[in-house]
Amino acid sequence: MTTGSISRISGPVVTAEGLRGSMMYEVVRVGTDALFGEIIRLDKNEAVIQVYEDTSGLKVGEKVESTGTQFSVALGPGLLSSIYDGIQRPLPVLYEMSGDFISRGVFPPGLDLSRKWRFTPVVSVGDEVREGDLIGIVPEFHIEHRIMVPPSVSGKVREILEGDYTVSDPVCILDDGTKIAMMQLWPARKPRPYRKKMDPDTLLITGQRIFDTMFPVAKGGTAMIPGGFGTGKTVAEQTLAKWSDTRIVVYIGCGERGNEMTDVLYEFPELIDPRTGLPLIERTVLIANTSNMPVAAREASIYTGITIAEYYRDMGYDVALMADSTSRWGEALREISGRLEEMPGEEGYPAYLATRLAAFYERAGRVVCKGMDERIGSITIIGAVSPPGGDFSEPITQNTLRVAGTFWALDTALAYRRHFPSVNWIKSYSLYLESLEDWYEKEVAEDWKDLREEAIYLLQKEVELQEIVQLVGPDALPDSEKLILEVSRIIREDFLQQSAFHEIDSFCSLDKQYWMMKVILTFHEKAKKAMNRGIGIDSIMQLPVKKAIGRMKELSDAEMVREHIDRITIDIDSLMEEDR
Amino acid sequence: MTDLLVSREYRTITNVAGPLIFISNAKDVSYDEIVRIRLPDGEERTGRVLEISKDVAVVQVFEGTTGIDNRLTSAEFTGKPLTMKLSPDILGRTFNGIGKPRDGGPDIIEEMEVDVNGMPINPVARDKPEDFIQTGMSAIDGLNTLVRGQKLPIFSGAGLPANKLAAQIGRQAKVLGEGEQFSVVFAAMGITFREASFFTRSFERSGALGRVVFFMNLTNDPTIERLTTPRCALTVAEYLAYTLNHHVLVILTDMINYCEALREISTAREEVPGRRGYPGYMYTDLSTIYERAGKIKGKKGSITQIPILTMPDDDITHPVPDLTGYITEGQIVLSRDLFRRGGDPPIDVLPCLSRLMNSGIGEGKTREDHRNVADQLYASYAYGRDLRRLVAIVGEEALTELDRKYLKLADEFEKTFISQGDENRAIARTLEIGWNLLAMLPEEELKRINESYIEKYHPGYQEE
Ligand SMILES: Nc1ncnc2c1ncn2[C@@H]1O[C@H](COP(=O)(O)OP(=O)(O)O)[C@@H](O)[C@H]1O
Ligand SMILES: [Mg+2]
Repeated sequence: MTTGSISRISGPVVTAEGLRGSMMYEVVRVGTDALFGEIIRLDKNEAVIQVYEDTSGLKVGEKVESTGTQFSVALGPGLLSSIYDGIQRPLPVLYEMSGDFISRGVFPPGLDLSRKWRFTPVVSVGDEVREGDLIGIVPEFHIEHRIMVPPSVSGKVREILEGDYTVSDPVCILDDGTKIAMMQLWPARKPRPYRKKMDPDTLLITGQRIFDTMFPVAKGGTAMIPGGFGTGKTVAEQTLAKWSDTRIVVYIGCGERGNEMTDVLYEFPELIDPRTGLPLIERTVLIANTSNMPVAAREASIYTGITIAEYYRDMGYDVALMADSTSRWGEALREISGRLEEMPGEEGYPAYLATRLAAFYERAGRVVCKGMDERIGSITIIGAVSPPGGDFSEPITQNTLRVAGTFWALDTALAYRRHFPSVNWIKSYSLYLESLEDWYEKEVAEDWKDLREEAIYLLQKEVELQEIVQLVGPDALPDSEKLILEVSRIIREDFLQQSAFHEIDSFCSLDKQYWMMKVILTFHEKAKKAMNRGIGIDSIMQLPVKKAIGRMKELSDAEMVREHIDRITIDIDSLMEEDR
Repeated sequence: MTDLLVSREYRTITNVAGPLIFISNAKDVSYDEIVRIRLPDGEERTGRVLEISKDVAVVQVFEGTTGIDNRLTSAEFTGKPLTMKLSPDILGRTFNGIGKPRDGGPDIIEEMEVDVNGMPINPVARDKPEDFIQTGMSAIDGLNTLVRGQKLPIFSGAGLPANKLAAQIGRQAKVLGEGEQFSVVFAAMGITFREASFFTRSFERSGALGRVVFFMNLTNDPTIERLTTPRCALTVAEYLAYTLNHHVLVILTDMINYCEALREISTAREEVPGRRGYPGYMYTDLSTIYERAGKIKGKKGSITQIPILTMPDDDITHPVPDLTGYITEGQIVLSRDLFRRGGDPPIDVLPCLSRLMNSGIGEGKTREDHRNVADQLYASYAYGRDLRRLVAIVGEEALTELDRKYLKLADEFEKTFISQGDENRAIARTLEIGWNLLAMLPEEELKRINESYIEKYHPGYQEE
């Protein structure tokens, strides 16, 4: 380990001399307070360091010590329900150590080193093991935490223990003396290895109609949510963190509000996972590096998050990762690049923005994991994007568009009129529709595809018709087109709108989604027929069942929704009866 | 001790550029420390270290660099960041942008001295803001509720009455059923004397002057001091809230002037400019101001912020309102169109938002139907407003009977709900006006409202 000294300080970027022999992304301790930093450029005798803590008070000439290790994440039992800052400092421990405000130079370990976990081995002495093989399991809340042979380690088991141990106690010793503990360290910027990638073919069920029915994302896929401020990115990310049907959720608050993280901290322990009946916090890892926390740590936060996600994926679990907001990560990159006086690209972002973004999204995917038992795990990444002025032509949105499979375009105009989720149904798309077709047919209904296409058709038709109305008024339209306007209004208001805060409607089962859509389109069919027989559109719109359709979302089960099909027939039949 | 013997005063200014000076060969300089600058004529100024390398320290001079020369002017490094001296005596006092008294009164004899830059609150230490503040304004209380510990800016346009609105909130704001200690911290950045004294008079009238701390940086005061004005103000606010247990309302006006000062420094440093010349780190910089609002677990006090900013050209996508909106917990937006049509206050509710509204309303806080009424009013008013455009083309006769009702509702909403002059409305009254408007529509249109609330609160059911 070498010691150098500070030669320049500019905000979070510090230059040091005399650190010969250090490597890129090596962790260094900066100044008398031993602030946490990482080498991001090596230049002859100079090392450029991004410092993860506030640099006020640092002086030129203070020492800088290298540590010989790269910035790594501690992986092992105890991650679930934790809340960390961008460089995996547990915030509750910081709170105990330094009080209400985050102070500097304090560096508690990412995992509690004194807590004991019950380790049950699944291999015996003499077994041959290789990277990714399971050697034991540990209960972590309801999850079976699988202890794996770390990447690039292999050998014959010489000793294996059973019982209560801390994460750093060796629980397995190999022939060559290699000790394996429950905790492993992994450099955050390096993707963890897997055997092979597979095509995503399963829907990530979110309980949100606009997502599941209209613009789905597959498990192992990627989705982006761009939108101006107040359009509902955070609510969407939090809703997805609550209701997505994955075993593990990693939620990264990247350069956003403090109170939003507080919100999650208050809410998640109280909320119950509908699938396991257990508090949602028990499947969640939170990373909170708010806007006013050091910007270099914000840059690191998404890597800390994705590394944790990969670790659980490697155990063979489905993981969902939410990053709110990737734009703030990009801005951190820009800020540091600016301090390095690098050649700026578009809007001041460094030229490597696109590569870095793509590399991050590339860490999503459905994979066959390393290890004998061919476990299959997945990471779905859902990134919020905050375009300046709500203008989607800016670099972060554009570069993310190239790598994201599902595009949920949030719309300020919809948010203004409190149409939530404010996902614009004309601009949004999903590239997973085709690969999910079989899944929908098997799990939901044969005619799912037809229903979806019909709904999309009506919504597109509505836009055309609205243009005509704006020119000549609604009276100029024939009744059949007036009916399309009415039905698309029903789709918008009674299907697409879904309050994240409604006691019942905040989560909508796939079954219920299917029947709601089926009811609305049946109503359209029957109304068309009735109108062909001379019934006026006004009297159809007055039917009691139309009012009932407006309240379907409040019903708690799909069966009750389905009953509306019969009510439509009854109502319309009696209308025709009267007419005769 | 040897430190004290070494003189830390240098006459080695090599370069002056805009608000920056470059000092060579300075030893032992620390990042962000305060520098005292003495001009040849004896005048003293204050600066702050922005960047240091082995040979040069870059210092930003708050009062500007006019008159600074590169021979006789000296710079003394204090070894400390900018601090604020604090004691209960600060109440009622007026300071300048770098925290020096400007009311002719004595210096504060401090109980503590605190770095004005503050530190980030650990998210784990934050307490959830959830106490409803009744401002007496329907557009706010009814549709964009303010809660204690929130940061809710007013987006204004040149000549629109943002100050009147802020002053009215300052006067009327109260938390129902509580009589705790409150105080106001008022930070003026680059506003005119006339605007500043409008606020002073308003506080005077309500008898609150003794509970206000003023930070005044007016139009003719040094621009660069605008960068420290809100930080000094928030340091005082934190002291009042977390040491003296006050509920503090902080008014920051005008944030656009703050951001212009930030841009000036950035330009002088020849940094790569972001949108419209503002620096790329403006989001982060603004967050270190706005995120200082809030509540902390185990502390009685709170900090509620109402920043005011003038949108250049009424453009909400301009970087200053845009980045502000990305950080604050909502926004109140004034509209020139409504103002022309006599709206008082001229709040355009569509782009308004209070992100913390849900935690401050509902049963036990305001009323159970509050959320539903707000959602319905929004949806109905938005639809009515759309129809106005249609009517302009095809005429009102072309509308259906139902659409005509929506059109009427939108007009009445602006006249009776939004516009209220000097009236101070209780929340129940606000909701009552809301229901009267909704009653203009057929009941089946009220899809945002729970049916049981319709039976309980709809005027149609009341009369029977
Ligand atoms: N699905 C939803 N249901 C109800 N309200 C919503 C929904 N999505 C957003 N909102 C409203 O919009 C506001 C802003 O949403 P938020 O997610 O914070 O926006 P952003 O993160 O895009 O700035 C929320 O405070 C909430 O009032
Ligand atoms: Mg957000």
